Amino acid sequence: MKSILPILSVLAAIVVLWYGGAVWLNSQWTYDQAARAGVEVSFSEMVVDTLRQDRPVLPAPHQVAVGLWQGVAGQAITSKRSLVFHAWVTFSATMAGFGLGTFAGILLAIGIVHSRAMDMSVMPWAIASQTIPILAIAPMVIVVLASLGIKGMVPKAIIAAYLSFFPVLVGMVKGLRAPDAMQLDLLRTYSASQAQGFWKLRLPASMPYLFASLKVGIAAALVGTIVAELPAGATQGLGARLLSGSYYGQTIQIWSALFGAAILAALLVLAVGVIERITLKAKGMAR
Amino acid sequence: MNEALVAILFWGVAWGTNGVLANRFPKSRLVRAIVPALFGVTLLVLWQGLVRGLEVSPVILPAPSDIATAIGANLPLLWGDFAQTILKGALAGYLIGCGAAVLVAIAVDRSPFLQRGLLPVGNFVAALPIVGIAPILVMWFGFDWQSKAAVVVVMVFFPVLVNMVAGLAATDALSRDLMATWSASYPQALLKLRLPAALPFLFNGLKIATTLALIGAIVAEFFGSPTRGMGFRISTAVGQLDLPLVWAEITVAALAGSGFYGLIAMIEKAATFWHPSQRGH
Repeated sequence: MKSILPILSVLAAIVVLWYGGAVWLNSQWTYDQAARAGVEVSFSEMVVDTLRQDRPVLPAPHQVAVGLWQGVAGQAITSKRSLVFHAWVTFSATMAGFGLGTFAGILLAIGIVHSRAMDMSVMPWAIASQTIPILAIAPMVIVVLASLGIKGMVPKAIIAAYLSFFPVLVGMVKGLRAPDAMQLDLLRTYSASQAQGFWKLRLPASMPYLFASLKVGIAAALVGTIVAELPAGATQGLGARLLSGSYYGQTIQIWSALFGAAILAALLVLAVGVIERITLKAKGMAR
Repeated sequence: MNEALVAILFWGVAWGTNGVLANRFPKSRLVRAIVPALFGVTLLVLWQGLVRGLEVSPVILPAPSDIATAIGANLPLLWGDFAQTILKGALAGYLIGCGAAVLVAIAVDRSPFLQRGLLPVGNFVAALPIVGIAPILVMWFGFDWQSKAAVVVVMVFFPVLVNMVAGLAATDALSRDLMATWSASYPQALLKLRLPAALPFLFNGLKIATTLALIGAIVAEFFGSPTRGMGFRISTAVGQLDLPLVWAEITVAALAGSGFYGLIAMIEKAATFWHPSQRGH
């Protein structure tokens, strides 16, 4: 609780800087309009005008807040202009991909932990593949799959799955290896089978590692879905909202979509955190 | 069909070899290099064999040999795109963003108040889909590499900042007291104790930032770019269904990403040779 005040003051500083930036960046347009109309504007008039333009270079925080509020509460949820609708499209693809990627990652991690050949073959590539800008290829995957007739949620989910797959794989391998030699030896003295060792020792021990990488993975899946919505043709989802905003110069729409995405990301990470706390408590590992 | 069968046979043999090698000589360094290499080659052979054998259309998935041909035929083009996207956009943005993050971290470090406020905010922002800011920055800075560099600056800033702030706080009280008994001034203590102690954390952030920089530079080009650059080439080549060229760009991007990461990892090895994580092997 000690850090509430510092966080609030940092946020306040950001808002102040943002207002300053909005006035500074939008003043050009105001002066141009005034010169065209042949009137002089005083400084205070200029400031007021910069904060309520329709298509500002940088919308002021309250404009974004209004845009966000209208997008969330001002429309029917099924409307194409509702941010809730677009966020739902993005969210469902993210979750489908995240579930698939997590499942595959855990499965492969189990294989890697139990087979040395698989470990030595696959792990270096899994680690190296994290240095590759996979996300940048996402739009291409979408276009190719669309030419095959696969459209809608599936291609987005594939990209989200791919992006969440590697963090989960690497974290889960680390987690399944977390039990030390003493614990493994103890299980051997109980003459536990490999399956028993897995269910009773390795899997519970991997939970903290799994959840740490799930948080990374779900954020990556969301970013992947949004980027996957960017190629022209997508009309639904937060990414498509960003793109149409940038085509038509609707800056407020871009910023509202951006903040919608940020709120969605925060909620998803928070949800994983809550599940983590419940699971760790059930396993007696809560700190 | 023949090629596909040969490829599957090759896969079986290679898998068996890997199994034997990995279980017989698990400690040998040579085997540690051979096994993943063989696995990579197997994937390529399987890819080539299946694409050729099952006569997959090159519009869907070109064979590795087609991609290699495309790379060979388009070398000047690929180099031009590489220079535009990686050398101008990503590298400039990376240097500015990381430099700014380190300076801000050092400035923030003197005030525990700011630190407590900035760390959670930075951590939060680092988890956001920042790449979405690309259309805005392209609108502000124009279509050339400056807007790509700006996207990269925003993307790398927060991960590096968070790591650097954590690193500067990583010295223990004993070392700081030692500095105090020597009556070291703030710059002296910063230069001789806290900056070196922060290096492992800093490099962690720098390594995360390499991939982000490439992603930012390439994705920003989808929102508008001059008629060169890797993102531009990928989106136009996809439009023309010239998939071998797309895959050639992807290969270049993958090599650039691993190379960039490897470069930072090498610098890390040279700069933090004293750290336990580097002394192990």
